[in-house]
Amino acid sequence: MRAAKSFAVAVALAFALAAAGLLAPKWLLFLATMAASHALAVLGIVVLMRGGGASFGQGMFFAIGAYVAAMMPHALGITDAVLRSLLGMVAAGVVAAVFAPMLARYRGIFFAMLTLALSMVLYGLLSKSSAVGGTDGLTVAKPTLFGMLLTAERADYVLFVVTVALCVLASWAIAVYKGSVAGLLAQAVRANSLRVEYLGASSQRSLATTFVLCGILGGLGGAITALVLGHVEPEFTNWTTSGEFVFIAVLAGQQSVAAVFVASLLLEIVRSFSNLYFPNTWQLALGAFLLLVILFRPDGIGSLWAVRRKARMAPAAPALQERRA
Amino acid sequence: MTAPLLSARGLQKRFGAVVAADAVNIDVPAGQRLSVIGSNGAGKTTFVNMVTGYLKPDEGEIRLEDRDITRLSHRRIAGLGICRSFQIPQLCLDLTVLENLLMAVAAAGNRFSLWRSADDAEHRERAELLLKRFSLMADAARPVSELAGGVRKLLDVALALARRPKLLMLDEPTSGVSADEKFAAMERVMEALEGEAATVLFVEHDMDIVSRFSQRVIAFYSGRVIADGAPAEVLANADVIRFVTGGTAK
Repeated sequence: MRAAKSFAVAVALAFALAAAGLLAPKWLLFLATMAASHALAVLGIVVLMRGGGASFGQGMFFAIGAYVAAMMPHALGITDAVLRSLLGMVAAGVVAAVFAPMLARYRGIFFAMLTLALSMVLYGLLSKSSAVGGTDGLTVAKPTLFGMLLTAERADYVLFVVTVALCVLASWAIAVYKGSVAGLLAQAVRANSLRVEYLGASSQRSLATTFVLCGILGGLGGAITALVLGHVEPEFTNWTTSGEFVFIAVLAGQQSVAAVFVASLLLEIVRSFSNLYFPNTWQLALGAFLLLVILFRPDGIGSLWAVRRKARMAPAAPALQERRA
Repeated sequence: MTAPLLSARGLQKRFGAVVAADAVNIDVPAGQRLSVIGSNGAGKTTFVNMVTGYLKPDEGEIRLEDRDITRLSHRRIAGLGICRSFQIPQLCLDLTVLENLLMAVAAAGNRFSLWRSADDAEHRERAELLLKRFSLMADAARPVSELAGGVRKLLDVALALARRPKLLMLDEPTSGVSADEKFAAMERVMEALEGEAATVLFVEHDMDIVSRFSQRVIAFYSGRVIADGAPAEVLANADVIRFVTGGTAK
């Protein structure tokens, strides 16, 4: 019942955003679409952090999703935007599932550095492999949607709507997961994995599951980015890309799914305008921005509304819904 | 003759030169409430740690309902029905009391699901029952980090009980609780256990609590069992008085 209600809210939100997109200028549509696709990869990191892990290598899944979406038209003749996004997501999830059992044996900095190591191995492979364009990367064939060709005028808006739909679906799924048995166990594993083990549950299985979810979200984000950008390159899996995702995750905090999208949009806006007005020092503006957030909002911008909501709900509903965003 | 619920045979454990368990033989029948006493370093917690799978004995065998559990992981042992509380409560500090219990109940259900709500009717009913039994209802919505030490102790026991264990091991359930509140705290724990029909083994330093709440007492000294029997009998034992409780034998 609760899941059905939150799904209805998610669908309504998707329609509202799609309608708002009709009024937005082209540059804003592009910016919002890129922010949303990056936010999906960041949401993966946030889910992982909530479950006791940390990833410095989210770029790996982002790149896998992007390259799979880019290669589908040539490899399998699939041009549909939704199908390519979903295939990118599945491919990243499969790769995550392969490495998850090994990574789940580690914690803290070791876990994070292993994710970075894996992403840098992929960076090396993609850079050296001429089959996927080497350091130049690949140009992504224009997507179709349910058999329809997207004209240049409509493509931006249609991709925006597809992105919104996939983001809302993914956010709803993560909200359901956060309130699920696996979601609560993941939170408990981060807080006290010894206690979880002594209650008969596996902390390794919990961490492995969150890592696969992290991969799935990273892959979906990468696939959408590839379709919107029209180009993929090894930079997608470089440590700088992963670092940017961590940057947004810190900015957002772990308390709210919506905060991840807001933080990603904020970063895109700050980057775009800093780039425009002081092109050679825009990283300085970005760094100062993060510093301010860490100083004044150490739990991320999500704490602005998550804490207030929690305080409002506490006496009447002490259960899990307080902690869902 | 029915097999004891727990049977430890010839347990041996050394940490370098220190003998933490030396030929320990203990049988625990189902339904019994027994306490384990001994001075610091006597081997009480080592025994609990070996039974619950945190430590592996160098020699010997531990059986639960005639099943060998000596080499099983602590997670598997918990799954088979031996749960424990800790000297320092092991809780999830940033979760609320209710969330801790829901988590414990969900873990006990062995149903790892990405979509089944942790707060469904079945989990909620069991969690609320434990809240009531341990008089924790008023604290249900509070994060554990805000709780006093005594309340944390109670919650730690409640978590261990979520799985409806066959054997519940409580490691110093009243340590850290003020002298005035020890009896009341132990009363609450024992009252809460009434409805659960679990076999209970607790490690305790307070001999008044040992006499009042246990049917059987096992005394450890230097890794060995030096006395085992009814509380009055064990507490009057000359070795126990000399090495554990202090004072002189009458």
